[in-house]
Amino acid sequence: MNRIDKKEAKHLLKQMMQIRQFEDAIMDLMARNIAEGGSHLYAGEEACAVGAMAAIRPDDYITSTHRGHGHAIAKGGSLPELMAEILGKETGVCKGKGGSLHLADVSKGNLGANGIVGGSIGIAAGAGLSIQLRGTDQIVLCFFGDGATNTGLFHESLNMAGKWKLPVVFICENNLYGMSVSVERACAIKDLTKKAVPYNMPAECCNGMDVLAVKDMVTKYAAKARTGEGPALIVCDTYRYYGHSRSDPRVYRTKEEEKSWRDRDCIITFGRKMQEQNILTEKEVTDLEKEVTAELEAAIDFAIKSPDPKPEELYKDVYFESPSS
Amino acid sequence: MREITYRQALNEALSEEMERDQRVFLMGEDIAVYGGAYGVTLNLMQKFGEERVRDTAISEAAIIGAGLGAAITGMRPVVEIMYIDFMGICLEQIGNQVAKIRYMFGGKTTVPLVIRTEGGAGRTLGAHHSQSLESWFLHVPGLKVVMPATPADAKGLLKSAIREDNPILFIEHKMLYNVKGPVPEGEYLLPIGKAEVKRPGKDATVIAYSRMLYFALEAAKRLAEEGIEVEVIDPRTLLPLDMETISESVRKTHRAIIVEEGTKTGGTGAEIGMQIIENCFDYLDAPVLRIAGADVPMPKSAVLEKLAIPDAERIYREIKTLVS
Repeated sequence: MNRIDKKEAKHLLKQMMQIRQFEDAIMDLMARNIAEGGSHLYAGEEACAVGAMAAIRPDDYITSTHRGHGHAIAKGGSLPELMAEILGKETGVCKGKGGSLHLADVSKGNLGANGIVGGSIGIAAGAGLSIQLRGTDQIVLCFFGDGATNTGLFHESLNMAGKWKLPVVFICENNLYGMSVSVERACAIKDLTKKAVPYNMPAECCNGMDVLAVKDMVTKYAAKARTGEGPALIVCDTYRYYGHSRSDPRVYRTKEEEKSWRDRDCIITFGRKMQEQNILTEKEVTDLEKEVTAELEAAIDFAIKSPDPKPEELYKDVYFESPSS
Repeated sequence: MREITYRQALNEALSEEMERDQRVFLMGEDIAVYGGAYGVTLNLMQKFGEERVRDTAISEAAIIGAGLGAAITGMRPVVEIMYIDFMGICLEQIGNQVAKIRYMFGGKTTVPLVIRTEGGAGRTLGAHHSQSLESWFLHVPGLKVVMPATPADAKGLLKSAIREDNPILFIEHKMLYNVKGPVPEGEYLLPIGKAEVKRPGKDATVIAYSRMLYFALEAAKRLAEEGIEVEVIDPRTLLPLDMETISESVRKTHRAIIVEEGTKTGGTGAEIGMQIIENCFDYLDAPVLRIAGADVPMPKSAVLEKLAIPDAERIYREIKTLVS
């Protein structure tokens, strides 16, 4: 494993850079009060979404979380449309009605971020059931955080998926904290893979700071899900660089801990590794960075210049208007 | 026309729609082998197989969540929550996810999901198996709430609900399953969101739905013997509410009475009554009257349970006082 070509290396690195710069840009836009409301940023966790998405097909589904920008980008979302959505603009992927917490694009298989922790895990099971009933060979990646593993719906849904052998790969992005409460303080067990045991599915831990490790792990269990062997739980150990949200002073963790994770930064380590293995040159890496910066500038410009939704949009889309038959 | 029960009418609707559309499947607790706690899905597993008629674990939140996930990825699920009293367990999934996904996604998806459940008192089952919680859901834009009273309405509305591209909470009544009535055979569709005048009259408008419709009709019959002609309207769908039919009637009769089984405070009557005031204030000759359940948890005792919900006698008396 871990042998990749230049094209793939560039793709993975670029997507991680896109997510990082996207999140950094939102932090900046929030500081300047251009982005109103809250936003839960994915910076630090990029290897999870990018590695996982590199292991699946475009017609596969994902469900995402309140920290969902990275998933939306890695699942093929358009940077301008996603940025516009976060600013609540008419041109946003959800027409400015969803926002950061509800980024979704069903046409691209993204069944949505979610404002409720654990709220989308049942949806993932249902998408898996739909695949099974329709007899296609799609799969579902169901993302959630460590905090969600303590919710009832997590357990109900894993039981359902385990019992019916649904083609769902459950991916727990364990960033160590549910808002401020650490896994150790919240969970009766520390090893989250054990939460799959009663549901008769395999579970493995993986280095969520290593995009190739994530990709390999998801590839392994995606293949099983696709061939009818049923679901699995993957726990990716990772870290969010920013706080839970914009107002988080991060009193529950130390600067030393933050630094120790930044030292393992997924973009820096992957870029370095690709150069060491002579897959990418230093120039290629810096060029990629510049390319992404230009894309982000264009996306931000598009979002800021986009119009707000028209007042008549308020009552649109509550219901589908003409019944199907 | 042949007569069948409310239960059979629902069963027939499910069966016909499953035959018509392969995407329709059923999922819930004890619906397959057992045939449903109240027998609505009896024999459907035998007819359509375990894939399409699925017994689930006791996992109400996952039943709703999975129904939603299947609905937005090409299927048309009909899920069952055995008692409406269990809704608290899955309210997050219904209120936050099912009802809001279309809007939050900018209209880019549809949610063809039917959530069947049943409610109401009458079997002395106490506070966790006897409630009428429909008013909770009137506060959830994006959802439609359908409550049929007659066997024919049950069939026609359930078939239409299954064909809708909006999520529908379909609330049956446990005391109506054995009620018989004429039901058209084969294709029979009724529009969601349309009330029906169940008995014409000129002296007052009584709005009653689900089991209360029967009590209201009984009261209306007694009042007619005394020369008071009340018009009885069954909204059938509570969300969206057919205020056109209701307003038209109230403007004609100048009096409005809402009968509901649920507890009075913050109930369906509060909403319908306020809409009547907003729409028909100048036409009213008397205050809008609410006849509703007592504001108490449903007691077990048969004597107390009977007192906790309106009956035909009480409806008769209260209307007579209002009209006289």
